[in-house]
Amino acid sequence: VRKKPLKLDQLDYSVLQQCMHCGLCLPTCPTYDATKVERNSPRGRISLMRAIADGEMEVTKIFGEEMYYCLGCLACATACPAGVNYAELFEVARTDIENSGILANRKRNLIRWLTVKFIFVRPRILRLVGRMLYFYQAFGFQNLLRATKFTALLPRRFRELEAFTPLVRRHFSDALIKEIESPAQCRFRVGLLTGCVQDLIYSELNRDTADVLLAHDCEVFTPRLQNCCGSLHAHNGELELAREMARRNITALERSAGSLDELDAIISNAGGCGSHLKNYAHLLQDDPVFARRAVLWSAKLKDVHEWLTTIGIRCPESVPQTERVTYHESCHLCHGQKVTRPPRELLRAIPGLELVEMAESNWCCGSAGIYNLTQPEMSQQLLNRKLGHIYKTGATTVASANPGCSLQLEAGLRQAGSSIKVVHPVSLLASAFRRPTKQQLNISPQELSSESMFDVQGKHPNGVNFDIWLI
Amino acid sequence: MNELISLLGAGQVLTRQEDLIPYSFDATAALRQQPGCVVFPRTVEEVAGVLSVARAKHMPVVTRGSGTGLSGGSLPSLNCIVLCLVKMDRVLKLDDKNLTMLVEPGVITQKIAELADGAGLLYPPDPGSMKISTIGGNIAENSGGLRGLKYGVTRDYVMGLEVVMADSRVVWLGSQCVKDVAGYSMKDVFIGSEGTLGIITKALLKLVPKPQMKKTLLATFKRMDAAAATVSAIIADKIIPCTLEFLDKVTIRCVEEYTHIGLPLDAEALLLMETDGHPAAVDDEVRRMEQIARQNGADSVLVAQSAEESARLAIARRSAFSALARASPTTILEDATVPRSELAKMIQFIQEVGARHQLRIATFGHMGDGNLHPTFLTDERDAAEMERVEQAMQEVFDYAIKLGGTITGEHGVGIAKKKFLPRALGDHSLDLMRQLKRTLDPEGLLNPGKIFDL
Repeated sequence: VRKKPLKLDQLDYSVLQQCMHCGLCLPTCPTYDATKVERNSPRGRISLMRAIADGEMEVTKIFGEEMYYCLGCLACATACPAGVNYAELFEVARTDIENSGILANRKRNLIRWLTVKFIFVRPRILRLVGRMLYFYQAFGFQNLLRATKFTALLPRRFRELEAFTPLVRRHFSDALIKEIESPAQCRFRVGLLTGCVQDLIYSELNRDTADVLLAHDCEVFTPRLQNCCGSLHAHNGELELAREMARRNITALERSAGSLDELDAIISNAGGCGSHLKNYAHLLQDDPVFARRAVLWSAKLKDVHEWLTTIGIRCPESVPQTERVTYHESCHLCHGQKVTRPPRELLRAIPGLELVEMAESNWCCGSAGIYNLTQPEMSQQLLNRKLGHIYKTGATTVASANPGCSLQLEAGLRQAGSSIKVVHPVSLLASAFRRPTKQQLNISPQELSSESMFDVQGKHPNGVNFDIWLI
Repeated sequence: MNELISLLGAGQVLTRQEDLIPYSFDATAALRQQPGCVVFPRTVEEVAGVLSVARAKHMPVVTRGSGTGLSGGSLPSLNCIVLCLVKMDRVLKLDDKNLTMLVEPGVITQKIAELADGAGLLYPPDPGSMKISTIGGNIAENSGGLRGLKYGVTRDYVMGLEVVMADSRVVWLGSQCVKDVAGYSMKDVFIGSEGTLGIITKALLKLVPKPQMKKTLLATFKRMDAAAATVSAIIADKIIPCTLEFLDKVTIRCVEEYTHIGLPLDAEALLLMETDGHPAAVDDEVRRMEQIARQNGADSVLVAQSAEESARLAIARRSAFSALARASPTTILEDATVPRSELAKMIQFIQEVGARHQLRIATFGHMGDGNLHPTFLTDERDAAEMERVEQAMQEVFDYAIKLGGTITGEHGVGIAKKKFLPRALGDHSLDLMRQLKRTLDPEGLLNPGKIFDL
């Protein structure tokens, strides 16, 4: 018997026992596929967790490293015939690993403290960091450093990471979306979650999402200051912080919308976040104040594609614009949330868009949260595999519904010198809504702009100064 | 260990606890044993070399593929070397003139099926784990699948084998010729030998032309014997369907609970039937099968009109195992098999045994070839219930033998069925097997303690 019980010890044993080690997860696991070694497979990892829960093994360094070698892509959960809750096992195991301090060292501790425990629990500081990064990029410092090869002086790891630095937008979501926006005719009332990193680097996607929701007669409530959903914390062994993030997000949306009861749905447009956001009910089940509200939250939480297909996607009547698009599935959208058809239906609804399926569309791209930072080698392998499949489709655009994937794919395509764009399906739909219809083409441009239903704030429908990004 | 490392390279030998625990089981419930080490040879020479080291050190060798076996066949023994062949996974040749494929043992069955399909051919054996099972494991266990009735089992598609024997000699058995009677058919000795006689390092597989068309029917029955009568009548009418799958009422309920596809909960039996071949023949057979099912008292018969509809009808059968696996903490999948004519009796008996021992037993399986899967829905932590499971299993196997059947149709004996084997074989056949084992593996190096004790 352990002096200090582990979370794995306290876990309902039937979750572990549910794995009947049939092996059907093996062919879907990217790490097993790469090494062919059982320890790098879901059933191998579960057997180690079970050995720990059975007291046959301690939380060792190798176990710790193994659990961080796992992408957490949850492809195994889709393949599993017995419905093993791998997501929970994964989070609990990483919590034990962090509590045991088995992987601790000064560099890792500092990075973890700075990111997981400091910046990503303070949205204002995150925005400040974003703002600083924006000025660094916008005023040419980044290009200067790159052009003068100053970056070549950086240690190799930093140099690689520098190439991945996303372009921060000039306006964040709160500058683009009012807290309450109403359509001419209101059929539904929905909350909109804008994310943390996405708020800084894909804020125009949040605007697009609001526009598309408005076009579907949804009144949109968007809290101005939102927290990270907490998936970063849950996936990195900080379940307590994850709970705190959940409580703050519930409270913030309640404040904007009056109460969760008022809402028909709570919308997430990021596959990874959505998967975690749907889990609030489980995460807060023992919280006396929040348990009931979390159940309500989870029941209403919908991925944006899922919600739009539920209420019926409206096809824009705009002039078709020919575009060959392939769809990359975010792991946590398809494996975590099991949302696979709605994004494709949405894409097919866009006039002129041709959807070409890529091989292995639901195979991880290697982004996996911060995996591309912690396991660059494996991440790069997966990225190359994904890019190969993308090229074969001949598509000019990859649709991706998760900011992590989009960043990873953009970085990979940029490195390869490819002109293929990465766009969220909802942004593609939003652009289609903004294109003039055939009738509008016959009337004057002035009339057209005054009629645009997306002109919410009296500026460019996107509210974003596009030329700024090109710096 | 140093010998193995110098032979294979450090990365191909696993010895740490965290690496060995994941190799201490296969897909069989409630069996665990940690091995001494795990090695990954990549050539036949390396396999022979590992056996030489094993002989010198008196370490038993347990051969393993993807570890999907359901009888504990690749369960490690104490301090053994697990010889894992998943890295010998090259497809060496696809010969569309002789309709054969030459493969290494670690090739995944699904890949063989896909490559054959791409060449307009069919590799018929389709065990449930084919997405990850290796062909070497399939041959060692002589795996079956859903198409047994019409197409047979793995044995029927193995034309030649390269085998490393316990003394490290390498032999090639069989040939590319359909007709070949030069000496004993020694390859057949190694097919289904569960890793106890030699190690398969290459296999020459037979392929057949891909049928042009396939059609699917689904029938439900209020009475078990009506379903059995339907199957008998179809066979008597000289139709050999490629699929004749069955679910009993416990399975139907579990499937409906899991999938909500609208199965009738008062049905006692469900039959999924498929026929393939020339379009004209297929259409004719489907019409007759539908008629026969109705004449024999089917409540409903659905005939798929498209590929999507076929897939929809097959959901019930395809999700049966998932549905059952979710229904309880421990799922024990058995494979008692009886002659087709005795199926109704056997199914009835399994239901009685379940009731008598207060156990949940769901039965589904391959009605066409008599291969049933009585599935025990239980919890390995409940010692009293596990004892009743053991007792019930004994009774089920005894009855299967009494009906002229067998204790295992496609999973193998391994460890799980070992104690039932003597009664199943009777006469001197077990002695003959022992004699063969002693001749081919005198030191008892290969997968000791599996199938029978020496």
